Amino acid sequence: MTDTEIKISIRSLYKVFGDDPLPALQYVKGGLSKADLLETHNHVLGLNDINVDVPAGKTTVIMGLSGSGKSTLIRHLNRLIEPTAGEVLVNGDNILDYSEAQLRELRKHTMSMVFQKFALLPHRTVLQNAGLAPSVGGQKERQYADEARKWLDRVGLQGQGEQYPHQMSGGMQQRVGIARALTSNSDIMLMDEAFSALDPLIRTDMQGLLIELQAELQKTVVFITHDLDEALKLADHLVILKDGSVVQQGEPQYILLNPATPYIKDFVSDINRARVLRVRSVMTKAPDATGERAGEIDHDDTLESVIALSEGDTSLSYRVMKDGKLVGVLDMRKLVRALVPVEQSDDPENARLSG
Amino acid sequence: MATYDFIFDGLGLRNWCGSSADDGGMTSMAQLLAQTSGGDVEVSPWETPFPSMDALHDACPSFPQSRELTSGLEQGFLAIKDSLKVVVDPLTQPLSWALNEALWVMQAVPWFVMIPLLMLVAWAVSRQMKLVGLVVICFGFLGFVDYYTYTMQTLAIIFVCAVTCVLLGVPIGIAMSRSDRVQRIMIPILDMLQTLPPFVYLIPLIFLFSVTEPKLYGIAIILYAIVPVVRLTDLGIRLVDPDVIEAADAFGMTKRQKLFNVQIPLALPNIMAGVNQTIMMSLAMVVIASLVSAPGLGVLVLRGIRSLELGVGLLSGLGIVLLAIILDRVTKAALARINVSQSR
Repeated sequence: MTDTEIKISIRSLYKVFGDDPLPALQYVKGGLSKADLLETHNHVLGLNDINVDVPAGKTTVIMGLSGSGKSTLIRHLNRLIEPTAGEVLVNGDNILDYSEAQLRELRKHTMSMVFQKFALLPHRTVLQNAGLAPSVGGQKERQYADEARKWLDRVGLQGQGEQYPHQMSGGMQQRVGIARALTSNSDIMLMDEAFSALDPLIRTDMQGLLIELQAELQKTVVFITHDLDEALKLADHLVILKDGSVVQQGEPQYILLNPATPYIKDFVSDINRARVLRVRSVMTKAPDATGERAGEIDHDDTLESVIALSEGDTSLSYRVMKDGKLVGVLDMRKLVRALVPVEQSDDPENARLSG
Repeated sequence: MATYDFIFDGLGLRNWCGSSADDGGMTSMAQLLAQTSGGDVEVSPWETPFPSMDALHDACPSFPQSRELTSGLEQGFLAIKDSLKVVVDPLTQPLSWALNEALWVMQAVPWFVMIPLLMLVAWAVSRQMKLVGLVVICFGFLGFVDYYTYTMQTLAIIFVCAVTCVLLGVPIGIAMSRSDRVQRIMIPILDMLQTLPPFVYLIPLIFLFSVTEPKLYGIAIILYAIVPVVRLTDLGIRLVDPDVIEAADAFGMTKRQKLFNVQIPLALPNIMAGVNQTIMMSLAMVVIASLVSAPGLGVLVLRGIRSLELGVGLLSGLGIVLLAIILDRVTKAALARINVSQSR
């Protein structure tokens, strides 16, 4: 994770909601908890000392339950909400120093956003909705129509540009929302619980669409969700928020195997580990693998697929390949052990640092 | 002795009051009664009068009576009338022109052009043959009973006043929706305009303008009818889905782009409901305005009342109802068309 370029960097970001946030901030910095701040000073702590680096071209998922501050956090990235203290660096610029005009440029060209409730303009056609960003920039419909149509086609809405949003189902409306974000040709896409309002099957579809688009376009995606399965499916980098603070961040596989706190352990305890964990996270690294091997598997395979391959035989072991080269071995016994949720990591500090 | 002597005595104001309370003349009914029944009658505490201006005047002749307050108001208004007129007169002059022109056009165009024109308008706005038919039947009936000219006059007045209401009311409503302070100031004014009996507007207006000027009734109608369009514009813009506003912000819209491309289009159903109400209220006011020389069906209603011509009153009343139905149905059809294209 350290070798990739950092696109957005959030530095000691605080947000306190209330009439007089600055004095309240001092109490927070002095170590007052969210509940105590509400009780004694009647201010709500939204975000508490957030430090997150968002890698370029990857999907960063910010996960937390409702009230954890995840939607507040994503709105700081394009300053829909002003922070109480801290810095947000986008491409190295602190956007908190931006003027109104610079901020509008940022929102038009650098960042686009997809919303939980779609937030399409009901009086405009699907095509006009998809072309919102260029139309805000002053382009006429015929100027942006080709670009907008291209992205509508890409998200699977061929020939539906003349419809109105209310004529479409929720899933299709959110496709328009994604096309709208893509038409702006921005590097960064903010997705605020983009799939939470959709029913499960459609949601799976949309997740597939996003993964496909990501493989093709490599946008910097910041995705908010309260659903751990969704988070693990999409994330290259996972940030877990609780009560406005980051509890743990890092590669999802790592968090799954080394939960830093009991809170996260509880969280990850009831997910389907076989589907989420990859061979590379549980294999034994070995440059040469001599001895009896049942076959070759890729380092990015899920454990579920390996179990299917072995037909449940725990006595086997496999050679693990990466780009045609041998990188390690995987013993089926080790694989089965990895499926049982681990006790809390001995070294939580280490877990957080590696993120 | 008057009941409230003690106040002025207690405050040491007896000298300011001038002579003793008793030689102030017999101004109150109680005193008069006391006089006729001979001698002072002991006033029981049960009949203690409210400490009103008149009662206090009994105790102290220098204290003004309430009729001096009303005449003072009148004098005050008359005093500022001329300077007020210098400002208001030129400002409202275009209204007179517009009303005169509209009245002239509506009457100058012959009926066989005007009725098809109105049918065309009804079609353009509603796209319903049913409504076009209604227009033909109503105007046909009104023309048949020789009320065509009166109807056109009323229609001309409503047209000018409703358009003015929209031109003034929508911007005021937008200003209210964008600033809580403006809203706090405007709401009591709107409440007052809505509850003040319409006749009351007429009185100062008569002082201000000559009765022959059309703007006299124009202003009265506008003041009365502007309230719903202002209120519903404010409400409509405030009710626009905050998620959509957030999306507009997130894609970098300026305030102006947000207003014209998002807020006003999305508030349009509410604004149109306000326009509908405004038209209905100006129609109601047109009858009252005929007291101050507004032409149209109201004049006939008035004639019905003044000379007890029952038939004329009923028929012109029916005419107003028909006009109201047409205007209401046509604007509601327009509203329904907007709603269909936006329903979510």
